[in-house]
Amino acid sequence: MKTPLVMLVDDEVPFVETMVKRLEKRNLTVLTAFTGNEALESLGKHRNTDVVILDVKMPGMDGIETLKEIKKAFPLIEVVMLTGHATVESAIEGMKLGAYDYLMKPCDMEQLMTKVDEATRKKKEHEEKIKEARVKEALSVHGLE
Amino acid sequence: MDKSKETKTTDYPAFFRKRIFIIIAVSITPMILVSGIILYQFNRSYHEKVHAHLAELVLKHKQNIDGFLVEKLGNIRVLAKTFSFEELSDESFLRDRLEMLQRGYGPVFVDLGVINSQGLQVAYAGPFKLGKALYSTAGWFETAIKNEYVISDVFLGLRGLPHFIVTVRDNWKGESWIIRATIDFVAFNNLVGNIRVGETGFAFIMNREGELQTKPLFDVMPDKGPYLEFMKTKLKEKDDVQIVERKDAFGNKNIYVAAFLKGGDWLLVYQQRASDAFSDFRRALRVAFAIIILGGLAITSMAYLLSTRMAYRVARMDKERQMMDEQIVETGKLASVGELAAGIAHEINNPVAIMVEEAGWIEDLLEEEDFKEGKNLDEFERALKQIRTQGKRCKDITYKLLSFARKTDSRIQEVHLNDMLEELVAISAQRARYSNVTINTNFQSNLPLLEVSQSELQQVFLNLINNALDAMEKTGGKLEMSSKVEGDYVVVGVADNGPGIAKANLSRIFDPFFTTKQVGKGTGLGLSICYGIIKKMGGEIEVRSTVDVGTTFYVRIPLAKEKEKEEVVATT
Repeated sequence: MKTPLVMLVDDEVPFVETMVKRLEKRNLTVLTAFTGNEALESLGKHRNTDVVILDVKMPGMDGIETLKEIKKAFPLIEVVMLTGHATVESAIEGMKLGAYDYLMKPCDMEQLMTKVDEATRKKKEHEEKIKEARVKEALSVHGLE
Repeated sequence: MDKSKETKTTDYPAFFRKRIFIIIAVSITPMILVSGIILYQFNRSYHEKVHAHLAELVLKHKQNIDGFLVEKLGNIRVLAKTFSFEELSDESFLRDRLEMLQRGYGPVFVDLGVINSQGLQVAYAGPFKLGKALYSTAGWFETAIKNEYVISDVFLGLRGLPHFIVTVRDNWKGESWIIRATIDFVAFNNLVGNIRVGETGFAFIMNREGELQTKPLFDVMPDKGPYLEFMKTKLKEKDDVQIVERKDAFGNKNIYVAAFLKGGDWLLVYQQRASDAFSDFRRALRVAFAIIILGGLAITSMAYLLSTRMAYRVARMDKERQMMDEQIVETGKLASVGELAAGIAHEINNPVAIMVEEAGWIEDLLEEEDFKEGKNLDEFERALKQIRTQGKRCKDITYKLLSFARKTDSRIQEVHLNDMLEELVAISAQRARYSNVTINTNFQSNLPLLEVSQSELQQVFLNLINNALDAMEKTGGKLEMSSKVEGDYVVVGVADNGPGIAKANLSRIFDPFFTTKQVGKGTGLGLSICYGIIKKMGGEIEVRSTVDVGTTFYVRIPLAKEKEKEEVVATT
């Protein structure tokens, strides 16, 4: 399986830097963004991104708003929310809005890896299903003619 | 809980006294004013009435007596004019005349006498042996010879008995002569003596010299009292009646009513004790006073009762308000501390996350071949593990802080309290065994279901049990858990026989961050969170502790009431 393309969005620069190192060491390709806007822009350029790891609490455009925008623009990209304890409610809200899962900071690396893998797999499955559906559609259209 | 702050001292006794005073003043003043005015008016009109009545009485008798005297005088004058000196000088004729008079007017006339100008009684008819008596030296004779007719004062005379006489002068052959009639003193006395009113009212007659002319019913001292003043008064009108009220020699207040008789020679005096004359008024006065005193007593006792009740109520309300103030302060304090805690937790959480990640990164790097042979590899690994452990501890603390700050609402559900407590006891059993603590339970069976958040309640009791176990960690001991229904509450008791809580600390144990545990062992948030949770449920948490005897926490949880249940979205 191709290594997942992950984007990490958090306003804490040192946190992002260290996480990038650790995730890359685990064979992930990591994109970074420090604000919601930056993340959306970057996603526009990298439409093949599999998973976004999104901090809920950010200055300016916060995690929830960013999530809404991502889901609107890129419905297939899976999002894992990253939260402090105080924002569990917003994480839950995020899940209602279509986030794949949430994790609490500081998070266990193994857990994070598991979630990313699961999310990537789900995304791939979705893509597969969409492909299949398109093929079926094409076939049926063909069959009718 | 044990947070008895110094109570604001309100001066309740002063408040109480003021109340009483106001109520009494407001109620009694009008009562006294109204009664006073009415009594005063009544007194005046009653006096006037009594005076008028007595004046009428005296006037009537004055006319009566004057009439009597004039009539008797008239009788004798008729006698003198009708018969001559010669005829009347005949004693048998005179006796016939006396008999005739006595037959016509009753035994008023005692005797008759005819006296010549020398004062010699030439004829006499009557019961006494007074024939040929010589009156030339008698006081009355001189007056009688000078005046056409005279009614004398009372005197003893030759017979030695009090009496008075009526004389009429006439001429015969150029010589004056006098016919004299003695009036029966008893008959006359009765005219006056019959004037009796009440118990002390009586009348008598005195002349201008202050000598008594009739026998008064009671002792009278003519030289004392107002009698002589009456004498001095000039008679303005014939029917003038004088009334005065004053104290007599014995200190009794009397009413004196006086009128002149006999053209001003005599004074008819009526006197009566004021207390007797106004006895009706006095009685009314006594009743009025009794009513005022009884009313006053009733008002005073009512004022006392009402004020006591009011003071009590005010005191209780003050106390309640004070307690509420304290609770508000407490809640406010906890809330502000909560916000602060949330802020701190957030601020700390991020750096801690970074630190833990950095440690994780170093761990990742240590996996690489280059470091495998490093001689300090073990030390590195130990240090990193420690960093991770301590990072986790920081995380725990911030989580607790946040849960304290955010009031972790959980779904409200029906809770079997006893089952829940049993579970908690089971969970704690292992730890208790290590600490050499035995846990006893004494639960009231058939407790009603509670409608609360189970997880919150678990948190509270777990906290209390853990605290108790911590307290008895070194010494071992007994932990007693109990539950029972008390009124609208279920009371759960958690009692240990550990070292107890020092008095100075007792009031602070619910304060956030207050802990007596070693640094790093406790956050000081446990009881504070418990307090917040129980208060939110509408319950109470209370602690009683004696040093070296033990500590008991009582948690009172309200029984479910008929109210709409708020569905709170579960978190976590």
